[in-house]
Order: sequence, then structure tokens, then C-alpha cells
Amino acid sequence: MEQSMVQTQTARLLREPMSDVDIARNLKWRRMKNFMFSVVGLLTLLFAICTLLALFIDLAMTGVPRISAEFFTNFPSRFPEKAGILSAWVGSLAVMITTAVVAIPIGVAAGIYLEEYAPKNFFTKIIELNIINLAGVPSITFGLMALGLFVYKFKFGQSILTAGMTLGLLVLPIVIVTTREAIRTIPNSIREASFGLGASHWQTIQHHVLPYSSGGILTGVIISLSRAIGETAPLITIGALTFIAFLPTAPVSDVFPYVSFQWLHDAFTVMPIQMFNWVSRPQQEFHVNAAATGTVLLVMTLLMNGVAIYIRYRFRRRMKW
Amino acid sequence: MSELKAFTSANHPTRRWRKIKDRLIETVLFLAACSSVFVTMGIVYVLVSESLPFFENVSFTEFLTGREWTPMFSDAKFGIRPLVAGTFMATFIAVCVAIPLGTIVSAYLSEYLKPSAREILKPVLELLAAVPSVVYGYFALLFVTPMLQKIMPNLGGFSILSAGIVMGIMIIPYVSSLSEDAMGAVPAHLREASAALGSTKFQTTLRVVIPSAFSGISSAYVLGISRALGETMVVAIAAGMQPNLTLDPSEPAATITAFIVQVSLGDLPHGSIGYQSIYVAGLTLLVLTLIFNILGMWIKNQIQEKE
Amino acid sequence: MSPQFEIPTTSTTKFNLGVQSDFLRSQVKNLSFSYNPKDKLVLKNVSLPIFDKKVTALIGPSGCGKTTLLRCFNRMHDLYNEVSYDGEILLYPESKNILSRDVDPMEVRMRIGMVFQKPNPFPKTIYENVAYGLRVRGIKKKSYMDEKIELSLQQAGLWTEVKDRLHAQATSLSGGQQQRLCIARALVTDPEILLLDEPTSALDPISTSHIEELIVELKKDVTILIVTHNLHQAARCSDYTAFMYLGDLIEYGPSNLIFTNPSDKRTENYITGRFG
Repeated sequence: MEQSMVQTQTARLLREPMSDVDIARNLKWRRMKNFMFSVVGLLTLLFAICTLLALFIDLAMTGVPRISAEFFTNFPSRFPEKAGILSAWVGSLAVMITTAVVAIPIGVAAGIYLEEYAPKNFFTKIIELNIINLAGVPSITFGLMALGLFVYKFKFGQSILTAGMTLGLLVLPIVIVTTREAIRTIPNSIREASFGLGASHWQTIQHHVLPYSSGGILTGVIISLSRAIGETAPLITIGALTFIAFLPTAPVSDVFPYVSFQWLHDAFTVMPIQMFNWVSRPQQEFHVNAAATGTVLLVMTLLMNGVAIYIRYRFRRRMKW
Repeated sequence: MSELKAFTSANHPTRRWRKIKDRLIETVLFLAACSSVFVTMGIVYVLVSESLPFFENVSFTEFLTGREWTPMFSDAKFGIRPLVAGTFMATFIAVCVAIPLGTIVSAYLSEYLKPSAREILKPVLELLAAVPSVVYGYFALLFVTPMLQKIMPNLGGFSILSAGIVMGIMIIPYVSSLSEDAMGAVPAHLREASAALGSTKFQTTLRVVIPSAFSGISSAYVLGISRALGETMVVAIAAGMQPNLTLDPSEPAATITAFIVQVSLGDLPHGSIGYQSIYVAGLTLLVLTLIFNILGMWIKNQIQEKE
Repeated sequence: MSPQFEIPTTSTTKFNLGVQSDFLRSQVKNLSFSYNPKDKLVLKNVSLPIFDKKVTALIGPSGCGKTTLLRCFNRMHDLYNEVSYDGEILLYPESKNILSRDVDPMEVRMRIGMVFQKPNPFPKTIYENVAYGLRVRGIKKKSYMDEKIELSLQQAGLWTEVKDRLHAQATSLSGGQQQRLCIARALVTDPEILLLDEPTSALDPISTSHIEELIVELKKDVTILIVTHNLHQAARCSDYTAFMYLGDLIEYGPSNLIFTNPSDKRTENYITGRFG
């Protein structure tokens, strides 16, 4: 009885909603909206990419004519046409090396622990949550921490060592997260095969997990260094000088013990700080120097990112589980 | 053969050594994992311990309610409001740029582009986030501001507006990349179900993909906003460094971060009021970021619970 | 005069059209399909009639192309790139070729509903799930929607179970209920043909029998095309059966004939369980 009632109601409603004309009109309007969104989406994407291009072209047009061999071999100067970025690029290089030495071993080790060893407990949760939150902490806060701790408490001074450690800790979360992601792509069957042959946990990691995830880890390392090379604020906070007309102590010398780590304790400046210094000056000529420094900086970061993308792409194609 | 047999016995020295080595390595790795916790503790400890002396000289009420922030003047005033206002305004403008554009771009990347095109365009877009912020500062001051001045002739050389806009463009990839990941993770069968009912791609995106991915998209928003709150160089270069309690984005104003940079550039004796003031400012920034992140997490949980 | 199904001359299929009193709702004509232009054909020159208000079952071993054929009816392949196909699916009464590039896939999907292998409710409420098809068509009238949603839930045999919790999350339903919800969702827009892609493969026996009863009930209103792995299911609820093997349509005929007296050796081997 109830069923038949349903049937008649169905019959009544079946034809009601739309005639063919309605369908055509409805379709036309909906397709229109869909088309409009695809245009808006494309335009937005183009806008973002064009901004990147505009930024690059604007910088290069002003800066490239200024770039010459002297620009790399001169110290900064009061005379804009004589000024160069020698101390800045050497400083950047020294800071990068220190950053890498701090961030890579700690970051990779932490990533391995969290993926391979960490028990599923409260403390592990805390570590994981902490890493996520650390990635969201403003970079200038790291500078403040380093100023209070490394500069004044540990008395490292406003040195390359302090700078490298600051940036190393700043990019640590990036290294940890990318290491974990790289390790996670390795299927468990590989580990089981290794354990099955009697390998210890560390041997499994050493012989299988690390080699197979090295591409991903390398990508993370490069990305984190490219982030560090452009960081300015934390280094200003720890008191990096903006005007440096000397180089750090050479790491090798001809007197015993031939190798010196004195450079770690030297004052420094880096390329982004040099650029900031020049862009903050009112004179147009210094803006040209800033643009030239910016071009160098931008080319380096884009190159590093390009290499990282390439490695990631290669590895993803090679490693098919 | 006999050696192999001996090795399997539990007391064989090689085997014992292997066990010890494994434990040792695990401990080292564990310490490395704990390093991030030490860093957090270090940050909180330094910020709090260096800020405490500040409040011996300045009352908490003055700090929160004062309308002027001039710690380096002889007639020093310590009201944080101008800095917080500047920070919020710059962030607000950046968010107004980044969230709509980032969301549209991520929907377009995820739903409208072929995988091959997406594979190329997504990394290109991410390059926007790789550009050093000091370069963005240059761009804001010497490219965007002059361009805006053509539209708004009375805009000064420094303004929160151009700094905010450039910051917004800078964080588009933070918003779009994570959002796109979230949309990409929406199972294909939901898209098929929606398409099978006769909806357009746009309707599927708007009514099925975005709602299903909203939890991930909201994380992307939170990350983008955190970035904007803590961004330093763009505002330090393009917005001027004058603390200014205003709601007019065309005026110059300082953010918390810009103030820290400004003070750090000068000579800063340990323990001076200027030194303490940057820690107070830093602590304020950290607390704001934290409140914001907790708020974001709470909203996300609310959404998830409703589902 | 209704259109008649004419067996194409190039077809190798063994057809048994039974009593020719049924009206043709749709027919497939010489359809070939591949997922990648360089790949092998997944469907080879398939021709098939679909009769109005009847249940047509597509059976065959895994990888024989039956799901691919079903998805062609809804232009699902247009969601993905790189597929290529050739041939026609005509939809009557106006004999429109729904595979034609000039025909909007959305128009096709507005007329032909589909239910998938795994229940795939949207992460929305029960009500919103069913309402979705109406909403994408721009219908906003609340009273009409309420009535329509109730009806289709009744048709799907789910109404009594969910009428008190229409605003609960669809994911809170059991697997069988979810699948009936997906059927209701497809029915709400009055499709002319309903496509069912192994609708019970992810379900328990009791839910399966619910859905089978439902299929028999539904064919009073709508033409049904069902892909199934379950031969008993095909025998129980279909009027016509098509047996496919490696992309070929081997045999087509009334279900009782196919299952009792197949004319092709491969069909016989399959239904007697010698492979598949």
C-alpha cells in the first residue's frame, strides 16, 4: 500500500524539475561559471609567476650592469662606485659552512630517530609537535635567543660561529621534516628483507634506509641552506656588522698546525645584510649596488632550489617501489 | 663455517659489541631528536629571563595601554600598542592578498591542470617563497611603492600598504602549496561521485573538494599568517621604522619585528633598557604567534568535530 | 515506431535478442576504447542494446572491460587524460550519441546516474548528500527538495532507517546504508539510466540482498545497467546479460537463456566456474 503511493508520487514528480530548455539554460550558465573560474585561476597563477619575473627583471636590469670582477673583490666603501661585496660573500660562505655542519648531522639524526626508533609515546608526540611549532616561530626570535645565549651567556661573541649556529638551529626543522619524509617513502618490505638476513637495526639503516633516501635528504639540505643564505633578520639581531672591510682569518696557513679555526670567532657580514645596508641608504647609487647584490643572492637561491627540484625529480623517477 | 656458528652464540664478542653499538647509536640519535626541544626551551628561557627586568622599570598597565613606543628617547614611553597595531595591519593586508590568491591558485593547480603541467608549475610557484625576504624588501620599496604612487599620488615613500602587499605575494606559496596538497589528497571517488551527478568542475571544486580538504587548507592559512606575523625585512625596508598608532595603511608604521631590527642595528649594551625592550617585543611577538596558532588549531578541531 | 537494435555486420558477438517486445533505451555501437593511445584496446568493437526499464548485467572475469564499458556511459573517462575511444553510444528517444565530442559530458551525467563500487558518500550530512544533485542543478526550493529527498530515500529503501537523523554525517552510516544512500543520491535527479558498478562487492550478504531487492523494485521506473562479479546476482536480478572476455563482448541474451543454455564455450566455462 505504502509502496504504491510512493510510485504515484514518483510519477508526479518525475517530469517536474526541468524541461529541455531549462536544462540547456542551466547547463550554459553553469559551464559559463566553470569557464570563468578557469580563466580567473589561470590569471592568478600567471600573476604570481609574473610577479616573480618582474622582481627578477627589475633587479637584474638595475643590478647586472654593476656586476664586474671588482664588485666581487672590493670591500664595501663610502663611494658607491668603488664598493664591492668581498667581505659579504666570504662571510656568507663561512656562515653557510657552519650552518651546514650544525644542521645536517643533528637534523638527519633526529629524522632517523623519529622515523626508525621512536616509540609511540607521549614524549615522541611532544618532540613531533615541537618541531612543527618550531618551524612556525618567527626567525627573528632565533636571533634574540642567540643574542642572549650564544653571544652573552656562552661568550661566542658576534661571530661566524654564533651566526652559523643560529641559522643551523633555524633550519633544523626543515632538515628533520624532509629527512623524515624521505625515509617514510621506503617500504617496510625492504627493512624486513634486511632484518631477515640478520642485519642489526643500525646496519639496516646504514645499508638500506640512508642510501635509498639520500636523494630526498639532499633535497632538504639544499632547500634549508638556500633558506639560510637569504636570512637577514636573525643575523642583524645577533649584531652582525654592516660595514666590514676585512676578511676572516684564513683557515689554512704555512705555520704549524697549518689549519686554523680562528675564523669561527671573527666578525662578519653576509650578502643580505650588505644589501639591506645599501637599500636603506637614500642615495640612488647605493640602490644600484643593492640591486647587484640582490641579483647575486637571487641567482644563488634560485640555482640551489633548481638543483633541489632536479634531484627530487630524478629520485622520484628512479625510485619506484 | 665454525666461525659462523660461533657468531650465532649470544656471547660472541662481535655480537655483544654489535648490541652495544646499536644502543649507543640509538642514544645519540635520541639526543639529536631532543635538540629541537632544547631549542624551544632556550628560546622561551632567554625571551622570558631577559624581559623580566624590563617590567621592573615599566608597569604592565603602561606596557599594554600606552599609546606611544619610544624606548630609545630620553623621554621614553613604553606602550606596545603601536607596534602590535603595525604588525596586525601589515599581516591583515598580506592575508587579504595571500588567502584569496593562494586558494584560487591551489584549486586551479589541483583541479584544472594536467598532472604534467602541475608538476612544472608548482615548483615554479614555490620559488616565490625561496626568494630572500631582503630582496622582497627591495622590490617593495623600489618597485611596488613607485607603482602604487602612480595610482595613489599621496602615498609616501614608506607605507604599510606596499609592504603588506609584497608580503602577501611572498606567502602565496605557503598557502597554495599546502592547500594543493590537501586538495590533492581528496580521494578521486568523491570527485567521480560529484561528476556523476552532473556537476561542473567548478561545482565539484567548490562543494566537494574544498570542504573535504578544509582541515588541511586551514593549516595552510595558519602557516601563512604566522609567516606574515613574523616577517621582518620587507616591513623593515618598505614600511619605515617609525612606531605609529594608525589605521591608515598608506602611512608608514613599524611592526614588532621592524623595531627589533632597528634597535639591533645600533649599539646595544647588554642589560640596557633598549636591550630589554627588544626582548619584550620578541616575547610579545612569540605570544601573538602562539595565540594565533592555538586559535587556528581550535578552529580546525571545531570543524573536524562537526564532521 | 521505436528504434530497433540491428546487429552490426562486423560484430563477432553471439546475440540472442529474445522476444523483441522491449523498447530500446540505448545502444552501444562498435565501441573501442584504450586508456593510452599506445596501449592495447580494453574494449574491442563492442555493440550492445540496452532495453528500457530492464536490468542489463555485464559479467566477465576481471580485466575484461566491463567496468570500462559502464564508465563510458557516464563519460567518466573525460575526467582523466590520454584515453582514446571510437564508436557510439546512442541514447533514445532522440538517438543522441553521448560519446560525441559535441555532447557535453555534464548533460550526459545529468541524464544518467552512476553508483560506484565502493560507497562514496560526501563527507556531508545524509540530507546534503542526497540534495547535492539537486543543488548542482541550481534548485533551491526547500519544500520541493524535502519532498524529492524523502522520495528517493524511500525508493532506495533507506527512509525508515534515516528519517530521524537526516542531518547526521553520512559517514556514520553502515557500509550497506552508505551504498543505498549513494543510490538515493543518484535517483534524486530522475536519471533515465542508472549505472551500477559492482554495487555490492564491498558489502556484507544482508546488505547485498537489500540492494538486490532494490534493483528489482527500481526497474519499474528506471533502466539499469549493472556490472557484477557475482553470477548469482546477475541471474537473480537481471533481465539481460552480456558476457565479456578480454575486451570482447562474447555473448548477449536474456539472462535465463545465458545462464541455462549459453551458446559460446567460453561463456559456459565462465558460468560453470572453470575460470574467472
